[in-house]
Amino acid sequence: MNNEHNCVRIFVSLIIAMCLRIAPLPENLALLNPDWVLLVLIYWSLAIPERVGIGHAWFFGILTDVLMGRLFGQYALSYSLIIYLVLIWHRQLRQFPLTQQSAFVFGCLLISQLLLFWFENLKAPAQLHGTFWLPVLSGTASWFIVYHVMRFVRRF
Amino acid sequence: MRLLIAIIAAVALLITEYRSERLMPVRATLSMLTDPLKYLVDLPISLFENVSTILTSYNTLKTENTELRQEKLINKTQLLKFEALEKENIRLRALLENSFKLGEQVLIAELLSINLAPYEHIMVVNKGTRFGVHQQQPVLDSNGVVGQVFRALPFTSEIMLITDPNHAIPVQVNRNGLLTIAVGSGISNQLNLPYLPNNADIQAGDLLITSGLGGTFPAGYPVAVVDDFPQTSNKSITHITATPKAMLDRNRELLIVWTNNTPIPLTTPIIKTPASHE
Repeated sequence: MNNEHNCVRIFVSLIIAMCLRIAPLPENLALLNPDWVLLVLIYWSLAIPERVGIGHAWFFGILTDVLMGRLFGQYALSYSLIIYLVLIWHRQLRQFPLTQQSAFVFGCLLISQLLLFWFENLKAPAQLHGTFWLPVLSGTASWFIVYHVMRFVRRF
Repeated sequence: MRLLIAIIAAVALLITEYRSERLMPVRATLSMLTDPLKYLVDLPISLFENVSTILTSYNTLKTENTELRQEKLINKTQLLKFEALEKENIRLRALLENSFKLGEQVLIAELLSINLAPYEHIMVVNKGTRFGVHQQQPVLDSNGVVGQVFRALPFTSEIMLITDPNHAIPVQVNRNGLLTIAVGSGISNQLNLPYLPNNADIQAGDLLITSGLGGTFPAGYPVAVVDDFPQTSNKSITHITATPKAMLDRNRELLIVWTNNTPIPLTTPIIKTPASHE
């Protein structure tokens, strides 16, 4: 596989993920909108860990912070932490069936959302409802889609 | 090792941003990369709207035009009266040796249809610091107060709606001048009025207007209408809510307002508009 092509693919897929992140969905669906950027980052760091690492995660985390208007560094922190976890276990994770992988993704999304919850409360004690945690579930469900779509993109 | 660097860098950024506004230029620079995405996501919807305008039939446009003309006529006559009233008000205030704020400039900004965080009531508009927009500017629509500029970036700015749970706006009851604070409820189209004394004279249907206290919002703009609430002896326990006048979830065009913060001394004659007659 061509390295340069891969670079373009990584970049474009992450840009699309960022667009999906701010997609104008109706209110009920918006509550379910998962963290696409993190899912795509997890996929790439599983597929080509030698190319996509903590640096990518950090950079795209900062961009997501600016895009979403969060405190500077909160997505950068959670993304780099999670990509680190993925990199540690990527050998085992690759052997896992998709369902077991999605369990791991669930854990990752939960950690990320927990960190986000903490930062949001730090910034301003917002009244966060139970719906705040819904993206974790929908993200786990979307992992199947992300995995297949991204594998298609990678092998295309 | 890399993780350590990444975490330290991120935490350092977090602390700096949490404590000060020093990172605003960095954010502005990085937003040059991300703002195109906002416009990109908005593009299909604005295109659809443009196409539907093109496809509107001649007849619809014609009737709309006539209606708008009539509305404009009515508005203009009302404004004539308003100008006379304003002059009278200024003169009366001069008698009281009170200063009067006037001179408000507006900029029309269009909403970008993107969704940042569903648990926050923050919207993005297509005007930013390039147009002179700055933090804490009030934002209105044709019906009332929408919110305030929360963060101004070069090409876009984030607007916190009055319904955001972290937003509070000083208001007064138009009927009797009772001052209170309307806090966002986190539910679209609802404000809470938690700081009312026991004997507060407030009724369902009362119009709440901005009181001008706090300095962010100019005085006298309609904010919300008080909802029905059960009549009990203890109003401080009763959960009193109000519905915003502005169409928070339907409008695509908003007005960003510049207020003249220096009160004009009233010893000098004020010449504002030639329309009103002395």
